[in-house]
Order: sequence, then structure tokens, then C-alpha cells
Amino acid sequence: MSSILKKTYEWIDKRVQLETLVEFMGKKYVPVHRHSIWYYFGGVSLFLFIIQVVTGILLLLYYKGSEQLAFESIQFIMSKVQFGWLIRSIHSWAANLFILSAFIHMFSVFFERSYREPREITWITGMFMLFLGMGFGFSGYLLPWNELAFFATKVGTDIAGVLPFVGKPIMVFLRGGDEVTGATLSRFFGFHVAVLPGIFTVLLSIHLVLVQRQGMSEPMGMEDVPASERKTMPFFPNFLLRDLLFWLIVLNVLAILAVFFPWELGKKADAFASAPAGIRPEWYFMFMFQTLKFIPAKVLFIDGEVLGVLLFGAAGLLWMIVPFWDRKSSRGEKSRLINYVGLFVVVYIIIFTTLGYVL
Amino acid sequence: MDGAGNMQSEKSKRDFLKYVLGGGLMAWVASVVYPLFAYLKPPKQAEVEVSSVKVGKLATIEKDSGTIVRFGNKPVILLRTSNGELRAFSATCTHLDCTVQYRKDLGVIWCACHNGKYDFNGKNTAGPPPRPLDEFRVVVQGEEVFISKNA
Repeated sequence: MSSILKKTYEWIDKRVQLETLVEFMGKKYVPVHRHSIWYYFGGVSLFLFIIQVVTGILLLLYYKGSEQLAFESIQFIMSKVQFGWLIRSIHSWAANLFILSAFIHMFSVFFERSYREPREITWITGMFMLFLGMGFGFSGYLLPWNELAFFATKVGTDIAGVLPFVGKPIMVFLRGGDEVTGATLSRFFGFHVAVLPGIFTVLLSIHLVLVQRQGMSEPMGMEDVPASERKTMPFFPNFLLRDLLFWLIVLNVLAILAVFFPWELGKKADAFASAPAGIRPEWYFMFMFQTLKFIPAKVLFIDGEVLGVLLFGAAGLLWMIVPFWDRKSSRGEKSRLINYVGLFVVVYIIIFTTLGYVL
Repeated sequence: MDGAGNMQSEKSKRDFLKYVLGGGLMAWVASVVYPLFAYLKPPKQAEVEVSSVKVGKLATIEKDSGTIVRFGNKPVILLRTSNGELRAFSATCTHLDCTVQYRKDLGVIWCACHNGKYDFNGKNTAGPPPRPLDEFRVVVQGEEVFISKNA
């Protein structure tokens, strides 16, 4: 057996020189320090993404993306297909855990200033992946074609529509018409299973290649520690095994959630029913949703929601280009401002998310 | 021909090629991009123009109630006040497109999405809605109730 493996390895090695790759992996070290725990959340997000790809493909075997059949096909998956309920439940829960893990990953990178030179591209690709992740969430949410999804999509696309000039065409493009109909479902299905995964995969590849090529970022001030006192750990196998252990824990959490709190399907969407009481978006949109509720209809002469959308857009943009305006960190200087900005954002998100659930 | 003239004609030949190729490239890009964008824009579906719909018998509409009625492809809310008066408004919230409902306990038209409220005249009274709801006309002919567009 091992001789076959060896022969296969040699056959490939002769053609593509695997040796250099193995050598590279052997030389890769991960810094060990008191913030090392945060290194794992990128890996956890990757693991959850892989789960999404696998379970998503499985769901595709039975899902039908049309107004008449979507809801019924998920009913079928959940009640007739063996373990269908489990696959769907895992897909829904893993989606939420993915966003959570990506948020933790993002904030840890932010507070550690790991986005600083030379890792600007890694940060930007990461931010784009988070936006895509939310796009995955938003488009996937509509696919069961239930009441909540229907109104969430109406509101979400309408918010895009309030943007000056470009809003209306974007809204029509997203909806496939003026209203949320079966045409919207078809488009969202296409975005969810083809467009977004395609773009995501490209970004993910760049992100991972950069992480490998540049190595792990070290916390600020580590440069001052003499080399003899810096601790490291080989990536292979020491760090990788720890990574896998973390993945195993996440898989267990996911299994518990999926089995004991199976995802509900709700009522089929009806364009001629009122929005149900207690309607709310997924938790990761909640802080924005709650903010929109608080903004009055008119602020001076600007529509409330236009103001909200523009403010969030501007804030998101500033956040995304932080490596370019936080020059202090790139120079290795401490920047209090970054801590304040980060804390403000975290506190804001926590307060408004909580308000969204208690009000 | 002398050397300078030769170079001159070489240059004008090169410029000519540059314009032809550059222009050709742009025309090619346009001929790809235009159909693509045109394709992304959903075609207008012929809609049946509805000017009036029959809701039902007056006796079946309870006092102090609100129901969603299908008006073409748009939802309309038909209200009957506690003193029996009938009113109809577009049921599409002017804020972000959700469908409103009548809240008996509060005595208002209410939108669940962002807690917008409207009074019995369709006027936005609380929450984020920027405008009143569009009013529809309610006509009672004998026993039958009709809703029609407010001309």
C-alpha cells in the first residue's frame, strides 16, 4: 500500500516538483503569543464555507427554484427525503455560524491591526468575502419562498432602491421587475448558487495564497522582542492539527444546533397577505434594521432611509479602506483611534442588535 | 522620397492602424456590453389595467375590521370603521414596500416591518413612513362593495 502511495507521489513529484512545496510547508511557522487564539477563526470560517458548499450541492439535488415549487420542494426535502431535514438545518445553521465566525475573524484582525502593510490586499479580499457572505445570506433567505423571506426581500431590495440615481435600476435588476415575484426568486437562486460562489472562490484563493505567502501577522510590537524570545510553532503538523481540533469542535456545535433546533420553514409566501407581526431580518442585519426604525421619515430634506443607507455605506467603505488611512499602524506606531473606532462599532452593533430583539 | 518624408508616412500609417484597431476594439466591446446590459433588464410584462374590483357583499364585511383585497397585482386594504364607514387604501407601506394590516387593538393601520402607523385617513402618524397611503374609492351598489382607483 505504502509503496503505491510512494510511487504515486514520485510520479507526480517528477512532473510538478512537489518537493519545493513540501519544503515550503516544512519551513512555515506560526507565531505563538497570547493572542494566538484569534488565528483560528479564519480557518473556522473556511471550514464552515466548505460545509456550505457540500450541503448546498446536496440541497440542489431536490430544490426547485420557482414560485410554484420552491416552498413545496423544501417541504419535500424536510419531510420525505431521508436526512433532508438535517442537511437543510445544517446549511441554515452553518450559514449563521459562518457569518459569526467571519465577524470574529474580522474584528480580531482589526484590533490586532493585522491589515497594516503589507497585508492590505488580504484585508480587502476578506471584507469583500464578508459582504458576499451577507449576500449569500440575503439571497439564500428568499429561496424557501416563505412569508418572512418574501417581506425581507421586499424591504432589502427596496432599501437598495432608495439610493439616488443608481437605486432604481439596481432594484429592478435584483427583483427582475418592479415587484418581488417568481422572477426575483429565479435571479436570487442564480446569484446564490452560481454568481456568488464563483466570485467568492476567486477571492478566497487570493486571500489564502496571500496568507501562505506572507505568513501570519504578528501583533504590534513583536518586532521589539528579541528573536530568541519569540516563540513559534511549526504549521505542519502542529498548527494544522490544532486547526482540525477546532473544526471538530465547531462541527459538534453545528450538529447540536442542527439537530436540537431544526430550522423552520414557516408559511408559504403570499403577495396578498399582510407582513406578519414580529417580522425581523437575520440577526446580522439587525443593527442596520433597528437603526432604520429609529431614523425619522425626514431628516431636514433627506428621506430617512436614504440617509441611513448612505451612512452605513460610508461607514462600511471607511472600515474597508482602514489600511489606507491608518498609516500609524503601518509605521509600527500605536494608534488609539483604531481602538476607539473598533470599540464603537462593536458596542453599536451589540446595542442595536439587542434593541432589535427586545423592542 | 527623403528620409523624413518616409518617417512621416510611416507615422501616419501607424496612426491609421491605431485608430482602426482601437475603434474596432471599442465597437467590439460595445457590441458585447450593450446586449448584455439589455439582457439584464427584465422586459415589461403586459399588465391587465384594473380600474375597479368587486370585493363582496357589504353584510360580510365586519365593522371595525380591515382586510387585504387583491387589486390587479397590488394589495389594497379595505377598512370598515366601527360606525360602518368604508375606506380603502393601498396596502403597500410607503416606507419600504411591506404590506400593512389593520390593528384592532390600536385602532390604526400598522406595518409590521418597521412599526409604521397610519390613521383612518391613510395619513402616516408614527414611525418611518414618509407619505400617506394612496386612497382608493369605495362604492356600494346595492349589496355589493366595489373598490376603484381614485381619479
